Amino acid sequence: MSRLAVPKTYKLYIGGAFPRSESGRSYEVTSAKGRFLANAAWASRKDLRDAVVAARGAQSGWAGATAYNRGQVLYRVAEVLEGRSAQFAAEIAASEGVSLQAAEREVAAAIDTWVWYAGWADKFVQVAGSGNPVAGPYFNLSVPEPTGVVGVVAPQEEPGGSLLGLVAAIAPVLVSGNTVVVVADSARPLSAISLAEVLATSDLPGGVVNVLTGRPAELAPWLASHADVNALDLVGAGGIDWVALEASAADTLKRVLRPEPGIPALGLERIIAFTETKTVWHTKSLA
Amino acid sequence: MSATAPRKDLAPPSAFLGYDPAPESRDVLRLRDSYGLFIDGEFVDGHGTPFTTISPASEERIAQIASADERDVDLAVAAARRAYERVWSKMSGGDRGKYLFRIARLIQERARELAVAESLDNGKPIKESRDVDVPLVAAWFFYYAGWADKLDYAGLGASPRSLGVAGQVIPWNFPLLMLAWKVAPALAAGNTVVLKPAETTPLTALLFAEIVQQAGLPAGVVNIITGAGATGAALVRHEDVDKIAFTGSTAVGRDIARAVAGTRKRVTLELGGKAANIVFDDAPIDQAIEGIVNGIFFNQGHVCCAGSRLLVQESVHDEVVERLKSRLTTLRLGDPLDKNTDIGAINSSEQLERIRRLSEIGEQEGAQRWSAPCELPAQGFWFAPTIFMGVTTSSTIAREEIFGPVLSVLTFRTPAEAIAKANNTPYGLSAGVWSDKGSKILAVADKLRAGVIWANTFNRFDPASPFGGYKESGYGREGGRHGLAAYLRGPEPIAALGRGKQGRGAK
Repeated sequence: MSRLAVPKTYKLYIGGAFPRSESGRSYEVTSAKGRFLANAAWASRKDLRDAVVAARGAQSGWAGATAYNRGQVLYRVAEVLEGRSAQFAAEIAASEGVSLQAAEREVAAAIDTWVWYAGWADKFVQVAGSGNPVAGPYFNLSVPEPTGVVGVVAPQEEPGGSLLGLVAAIAPVLVSGNTVVVVADSARPLSAISLAEVLATSDLPGGVVNVLTGRPAELAPWLASHADVNALDLVGAGGIDWVALEASAADTLKRVLRPEPGIPALGLERIIAFTETKTVWHTKSLA
Repeated sequence: MSATAPRKDLAPPSAFLGYDPAPESRDVLRLRDSYGLFIDGEFVDGHGTPFTTISPASEERIAQIASADERDVDLAVAAARRAYERVWSKMSGGDRGKYLFRIARLIQERARELAVAESLDNGKPIKESRDVDVPLVAAWFFYYAGWADKLDYAGLGASPRSLGVAGQVIPWNFPLLMLAWKVAPALAAGNTVVLKPAETTPLTALLFAEIVQQAGLPAGVVNIITGAGATGAALVRHEDVDKIAFTGSTAVGRDIARAVAGTRKRVTLELGGKAANIVFDDAPIDQAIEGIVNGIFFNQGHVCCAGSRLLVQESVHDEVVERLKSRLTTLRLGDPLDKNTDIGAINSSEQLERIRRLSEIGEQEGAQRWSAPCELPAQGFWFAPTIFMGVTTSSTIAREEIFGPVLSVLTFRTPAEAIAKANNTPYGLSAGVWSDKGSKILAVADKLRAGVIWANTFNRFDPASPFGGYKESGYGREGGRHGLAAYLRGPEPIAALGRGKQGRGAK
């Protein structure tokens, strides 16, 4: 006997809650073959500004958590994701039009990406920092600290990347204690919102990751010009006018990672790109 | 010392004012009457209209300086490209390092001459150019010389690659030192450079060109082009430049960031600051007073990381201000070449005008102004050490970078308030913390959003120590391993997880 399914309403993820767009807009998400899958929220400038407020509010708490704690929270994301692999695989297979096996491989890679970055949380400072032998009686130490609030345009319509592209972009940003406002894959946003549900149940404080679905060309300019955003990862912005975004970001001297095709490889560089090196000098004296 | 001998250290401040002049001799200088551009190993005429560099202390002419226009920028970049392709990128790291060691030694050998030239052209006291600027310049080259054959250990993985041609634009506050910060790591990493010194302080960069010749550096590895802002703008926008390194104002830094948008160029920017110098009531007050003075009156306050906002805990405010005034009364302002001078000349009439204008705004907005009683010379550009009391976080002089010998004094009651006020600025270059309680210092340092924190000291620099800002003070670091990495790129990552070959470090 068949049962009538209960479809999910896909909404935004802002400040740990799942609101619809304040604009009341939504857009149709279809499968690779054009079949209706769901309506996604079509985020507005106001939604984006709300997300930045949430990200700023969460930043000092997330950065202030111990590295061990941040590592465990990020690892927990992988654990929860693992338990929901089947749901993600089905969603990816439907929206990307790939086989279930290919979708399962993408989910597995996304989980392993979380694990890889989670393990960096209590190590990257040792690798990227330094004790500096200055010519004088001073203790002198350099450590990388999070840049602050980072805006991310996730990879768009990369094959095998609706989930993996998002994870490969945001996980390294989170490691050091940044908070994130991410514009998800526009045409294939479902796994991004499902990932938000994983994040919401993974001990990640609300506001640390904020997920917007909608049009990158509409949202990214507000992200680039927002004075309370410290850095931009334009990895997925290659298809929109990213030069204008980089130029706009210059007004507030944001750190900018330029677009690149494909899905970002695992790398310490993506963690370090969103850190600031702080050097502390302290006098040494027996007196 | 006998028990009855007079104690000089207890003499009244007025005794300091009786010092006889003790000028450093200018005989050590062998200046030319005019200087060309240094391109491809030779001094050549520029296509722009030459200009005159003057001493800001006397307004006397020092020399005529060539001006580079776009054609000259082209020639310099082409020379740097040729030298990169044909010589410098193929040379062993060991040999690159030996050239840099040679340069370090030549700087030490000509240290007195460079210090006199710097004080003459910039207006800074000879005791600073002699004891701070020039020794650090030599140290910078010596430090990075040793890196040239050890790039595998720079933190970017095995066999990192140089970037190519670096276009470097530097300010007038530490002319030769900023040159060293730019040139030494760039060359060590295997890049060639085109450097533009500031319009008002080209002299020591041109003496450095002579040192480059003495060192036998291959032609085109270092090119120095003088000129005004337009020369720098042309360099920054040149298509064959791979890396831009700029130190200067935040306004120009924004222009550069806009200009490189959409290009392949890499950029590091070291921009303005409005540093908080936080004095807690448990601070070692004697040291703190010296640190406050050094923080804002070193180099006439022409320091991007200057401690221009004094945040003093309310309970010690009156004591700190009184002792500060007393200390400032002893500072000697005058001839930069005099070995007893503490405060030299303001670098230019434009900068003097800016300092005066912002100081007037400070008074108009209700802060109480106090200036050290000192006689200003009739010729040249001068501004007496000045402090403003009763400044609030919304005051213009607490928000805008003055870049002069002007200190704004604010108060706080709790560490949390001090941290909030210190961070209440779009800048984030440096900060100071004064307390005898180590745990408090470290907790406060953790919360300050600034790239360099000095605890119970201020304005210390070292080639091994990374320097650079948060927020609108720019990005990238100079100094240390981090400063080297700014001129290198690591091996390309291979692929994401689950995408065939694994990313680097993924196995």
